[in-house]
Amino acid sequence: MEHNTMNLTLKVWRQKNNKAKGGFETFNVKNISSEMSFLEMFDVLNEQLVAENKEPVAFDHDCREGICGACSMYINGRAHGPWHHNTTCQLHMREYKDGDTIVVEPWRADSFPVIKDLVVDRSAFDRIIQAGGYISVNTGNAVDANSLPIDKQKADESFAAATCIGCGACVAACPNTSAMLFVSAKVSHLALLPQGEPERQLRAVKMVEQMDTEGFGSCTNIGACEAECPKGISLENIARLNREYISAIMDGDSTGV
Amino acid sequence: MPLNSKIPAGPLESKWKTYKSTCKLVNPANKRQLEIIVIGTGLAGASAAASLGEMGYKVKAFCFQDSPRRAHSIAAQGGINAAKNYQNDGDSTYRLFYDTVKGGDYRAREGNVYRLAEVSASIIDQCVAQGVPFAREYGGLLSNRSFGGTQVQRTFYAAGQTGQQLLIGAYQALERQVALGNVEMFSRHEMMEVVKIDGVARGIIARNLVTGELERHFGHAVLLCSGGYGNVFYLSTNAMGSNVSAAWKAHKQGAFFGNPCFTQIHPTCIPVSGDHQSKLTLMSESLRNDGRIWVPKQKGDNRKATDIPEEERDYYLERRYPAFGNLVPRDVASRAAKERCDEGYGVGASKMAVYLDFAAAIMRYGKIEANKQGQHNADAAAIRTLGEAVVKEKYGNLFEMYEKITGEDPYKVPMRIYPAVHYTMGGLWVDYELMTTVPGLYALGEANFSDHGANRLGASALMQGLADGYFVIPYTMGNNLADDIRTKAIPTDHAAFVAAEKEVSDRINELMGIKGNTSVEAFHKKLGKIMWEKCGMARNAKGLTEAIAEIQALKKEFWSDVRIPGDINEFNPELDKAGRVADFIELGELMCKDALNRNESCGGHFREEYQTPDGEAMRQDDLYSYVAAWEYKGDSQEELHKEELIFDVVHPSQRSYK
Repeated sequence: MEHNTMNLTLKVWRQKNNKAKGGFETFNVKNISSEMSFLEMFDVLNEQLVAENKEPVAFDHDCREGICGACSMYINGRAHGPWHHNTTCQLHMREYKDGDTIVVEPWRADSFPVIKDLVVDRSAFDRIIQAGGYISVNTGNAVDANSLPIDKQKADESFAAATCIGCGACVAACPNTSAMLFVSAKVSHLALLPQGEPERQLRAVKMVEQMDTEGFGSCTNIGACEAECPKGISLENIARLNREYISAIMDGDSTGV
Repeated sequence: MPLNSKIPAGPLESKWKTYKSTCKLVNPANKRQLEIIVIGTGLAGASAAASLGEMGYKVKAFCFQDSPRRAHSIAAQGGINAAKNYQNDGDSTYRLFYDTVKGGDYRAREGNVYRLAEVSASIIDQCVAQGVPFAREYGGLLSNRSFGGTQVQRTFYAAGQTGQQLLIGAYQALERQVALGNVEMFSRHEMMEVVKIDGVARGIIARNLVTGELERHFGHAVLLCSGGYGNVFYLSTNAMGSNVSAAWKAHKQGAFFGNPCFTQIHPTCIPVSGDHQSKLTLMSESLRNDGRIWVPKQKGDNRKATDIPEEERDYYLERRYPAFGNLVPRDVASRAAKERCDEGYGVGASKMAVYLDFAAAIMRYGKIEANKQGQHNADAAAIRTLGEAVVKEKYGNLFEMYEKITGEDPYKVPMRIYPAVHYTMGGLWVDYELMTTVPGLYALGEANFSDHGANRLGASALMQGLADGYFVIPYTMGNNLADDIRTKAIPTDHAAFVAAEKEVSDRINELMGIKGNTSVEAFHKKLGKIMWEKCGMARNAKGLTEAIAEIQALKKEFWSDVRIPGDINEFNPELDKAGRVADFIELGELMCKDALNRNESCGGHFREEYQTPDGEAMRQDDLYSYVAAWEYKGDSQEELHKEELIFDVVHPSQRSYK
């Protein structure tokens, strides 16, 4: 691959901690190779800051393979930047050209409070899973795996929903900061499988309740979540969640809700 | 101190059954009084914490990530092995056991490996019950695929995201226990020290990574499920945060370290593109089913791959290993790639890469597809298009990842690949009950040394992590805690907690106080370079001796010149990293010592002095058929203990793939 180097201007959100007031700080980085990943470009910036005896920019990242869901930068107005079906860590610098200015912000949502700079607290997602995002089976109780054949199409659809990495891009992209795509992906993953059947209604109700408690906004069918989802989780899941939720509410007596 | 592996007596097939039916139990009322600390929430940690919580123990689980779901098990691609024999191809517990012992080049314990094979089938049942969406056939039953080092199809998978799906299953089970109040979860927390009271592990000092505060936590037992230490090489396929610190602190508190030099170098990773490189990305082993590996026959050939005619290509694996070809085991494939590049035949800008070419597979599949569709006179372009569609269905997500990283289209030009550090077979020494040499301190999953010998087979890491967490520790924990039911929770103002916290605090203050000129990152890179060049794919006594001296010098430099910006009592990733790199430096020295001690080649450990005339690994069973268990004796001081490996069932032989 042909490669080149570039000089860039970065406008990065800095915020000391949750209580401090944040603001943009401008940095210049030089000789960035087009072969670097976006986060490697941030590594260069941070090494530069350490050399200048300044504090590096804090950002979440771990696997750098697009699967752990830790990275979470809002780049030039888009969650995870310009590439389709992509996480921040997999965005590469050949997207940019010499002289470009790049604006980088954290996920913006009341339910994801800023911890520092570009790092936000996404523990609300864990609490939504705690509310019902599981199948209640203890270790050691399972029957033989092949005693339960599952229609391949359903299994594939369930898998597609289960590929959600819990990064929160859907919330960041949504003007209402709704978490419906995240919640619907988990409800769909489990509702499509026979193992998930017994708790199906209660799960949908409890997870939605927790989502509301956490203060996420309402879904108004804008579709920005699907467009920015790095794993391509489909809006069909939201439609399924709505059906699951309504049927659970209508059937309230049997679920005890 | 003699090492007692506590392998139950009796025939191999009945050891675990006997253990399970005779081990001590803890009654439900007592379980509620017993507290257990779990460090790490990958497959081993999440499955252990969830299972122990379900059983009624009071569990505290810790992870450094912002959520337990992000532990690095999530990145495993290919699959998980289990001796289900669903394909009716002759698989059995014994075959999985045998393949694993042989694959590990006869450096693993028979008893542990047999138990692993025995519980493997239950793992698949458990995961399916939790809703893990494994790949299925049209009849609705589970699908399997082949992996290296075996002759059966026993690998279960969920596209190229098997680790993710298994971890999400364990994570959900864990969160269910959190909701029920049986597990208390501490995210963004790092274990800083093991607290011992009367020689028994009774808790930890943890650091809240958001506030920087130190916390004391009591536990009747402490489980380390903190993963492997591949990041000692700086560049590896591990996540950026993967570290050895929890295991290393345990080692300094008396837990022996087993076979630290056994490292797995995976042959097919995307090569380094420059000095800026922060990590390496794996391309699944499954690609070697269809890809052909080659380099140009001419040294320093700068033509494009597609311009090099067939007769000027050297398919060196097919040439050297006609029987196994491109499907030789990982250690063999990695060494062969290194040999070609070292000789000057490498490709790409860095010349440190070889080609993995799908052109032949695309045309082969294309022809089959054309015939299926009745197009018997299809031209080459049409065949290519059909073939690309088949390859896309098999490996689409991997090809996409390759293109994002390199900007090249692997359907049109061959992938460039090079070996990279991937997994560490070594780890804390544990007995059959997964207990380290410190009573009350356990190690599970990649953090222990126990099951893979000198080389791990593909799709066996996920199996071991879940076996330890779901099916082994729930029994062995009870057997030990049954004697602890009268031990009341020890208040954390106990002198041992106070002293441990002070030590941690002093160390952090010392690090912050250095105020030198060199970044943590720069030290980590230097360490990685020493390790990769002298303790990497090929090692020799001279290089290892040099490496030990270089690492000792680097350690001095680190402790006098590291620069850590920011403050102690705030979110400070540079400080977190500094502590981890300091531990990696000490571990690196031990790895070199272990590699120097082991005067043989086996599995991933290749000592250049010990090879056959045609360059294959040569074991020395009469001298090194043992686990090297190192005891920490003070700064740079380690004493070697040996656990002899006894093979009652399998007879070690020289592996051959020609």
